Amino acid sequence: MINRDLVIIGGGPAGLSAAKVALDAGMNVTLIERFNQLGGQLIKQTHKFFGSKLQYAKTRGFEIAKILIDDLSTYSEDRLQILLDATCVGLYPDKVLTVYQYNKYLKYKAKSVIVATGASEKVLAFENNDLPGIYGAGAIQTIMNIYGIQPGKEVVMVGSGNIGLIVSYQLIQAGVKVKALLEASSTIGGYLVHASKLKRLGVDLLTNTTVKKALGKDQLEKIITVRLDDQWKEIPGSEKEIETDVLCISVGLSPLHQLMSMAGADMLDISELGGLVPKKTCDYETSIKNVYACGDVTGIEEASSAMVEGRICGLMAANHLGFKHPNALELENDLNNQLCVLRQGPCGEKIRCGLKKAGEINV
Amino acid sequence: MFEKTAVATKEMVKSRFPKDKKVLFRPKAIIECYHEIPCNPCETSCPFHAITIGEDINAIPQIDFDKCTGCGICVHSCPGLAIMVAMIKNGKAYFKIPYELLPLPKVNERWLAVDRNGDVISDCKIEQVMTAKKSTNHTTVVTVSLEQPYLYDFVTIRRKHE
Repeated sequence: MINRDLVIIGGGPAGLSAAKVALDAGMNVTLIERFNQLGGQLIKQTHKFFGSKLQYAKTRGFEIAKILIDDLSTYSEDRLQILLDATCVGLYPDKVLTVYQYNKYLKYKAKSVIVATGASEKVLAFENNDLPGIYGAGAIQTIMNIYGIQPGKEVVMVGSGNIGLIVSYQLIQAGVKVKALLEASSTIGGYLVHASKLKRLGVDLLTNTTVKKALGKDQLEKIITVRLDDQWKEIPGSEKEIETDVLCISVGLSPLHQLMSMAGADMLDISELGGLVPKKTCDYETSIKNVYACGDVTGIEEASSAMVEGRICGLMAANHLGFKHPNALELENDLNNQLCVLRQGPCGEKIRCGLKKAGEINV
Repeated sequence: MFEKTAVATKEMVKSRFPKDKKVLFRPKAIIECYHEIPCNPCETSCPFHAITIGEDINAIPQIDFDKCTGCGICVHSCPGLAIMVAMIKNGKAYFKIPYELLPLPKVNERWLAVDRNGDVISDCKIEQVMTAKKSTNHTTVVTVSLEQPYLYDFVTIRRKHE
């Protein structure tokens, strides 16, 4: 059994930010990451980020990952242990964790735990949705932006949230023709600046439209689209055929709640936050004492908010165990203010509504 | 309608230009940010304090054309690629635009001029190419010239024979 002040599950924007603040406050930290490098989804993001300077606006996502990782480089190995290729497969109410790495199980006992597991992609049900050539947007980004492989010649994107819009743009940059972007709702879901970028590059943005079925012998050859009315009912006779070798599904994310559920934390099902999320106090503490949660696992949002939440979480974990961050109070006020600012516009309405339902006061 | 098409109407576009065309005898930033999103690098990157968003970073940026020098720093700072610099000179419209695709254009080449709907409107001449570097947030800025009547239509360039 390895004893640590703090174990953070997830090395994405929230987990990395939490680690930095907790280390600054004097905790010893173990950071568990499932992939072979840190950064989470940031390492696949080639676009410039929104937000303000405080969340590295106008810096490209993969460069933000570098900044967050570099921020941790000053800490010695006894202060910060980073486990890569390591999956946390067990989290228990007494803050014992089981970690699976290189065919071995490691056992940790933590004084505090921060769960920053992020989210997984939602799937879409339609005929033949398992044909080769049909990907989730995250997979497309991984093979394209991490491994440098073109996923195909042509693509149809399903979903016009920010991920669908951004990945479409990245596909065009990688030399793939984006034949159409389908959106079931009557309006575009993500930031309209992203959509305008696609439109001017000649991409058809088809609202009130979804994919009905995929066709192909050994792999995807074409799809059948169908128009939807405002109640999302198919309009008979509106089917159209589009030839394509790649179909990319980007229809939203669900919080990766499984470890929280396993530990027996009180959970809430809130559609605005993406599904099952842990109930938490305004100090980001879940119903299990000294177990905290931040980032997409507590509600689907932009990476900018995940970084700020991570910092707050790191600060709270330290505070509650009596570790003193050099400017704790100032930092806490500043971070809470940053979250308010990020969420206060019309784009923050959904998350504000979700947090209100979850009974959080910092909205 | 904009939420459906992502194509700004001519009225929306014109509202971002100076009312008096003579102002464009000097280069000015045209900020096509129509959607309130939490974002303010244009404001914080402008060395002349010509762009104002304010405390609430979701607000739409406002530009003071008297202060704007058309330097183009906001063009590569805007994460949404929603800013260009426009100027009128000798009856031609000049634009500095962000460009993130390969291959890059070369000076003096003729490329296609494209409108907000993605349609080709004319051809244009590549005047200058400032290639991507760290200080420009890895965004290339291209200066092009075309006929002045396309002032409110032009938004980007496309390589010929595609």
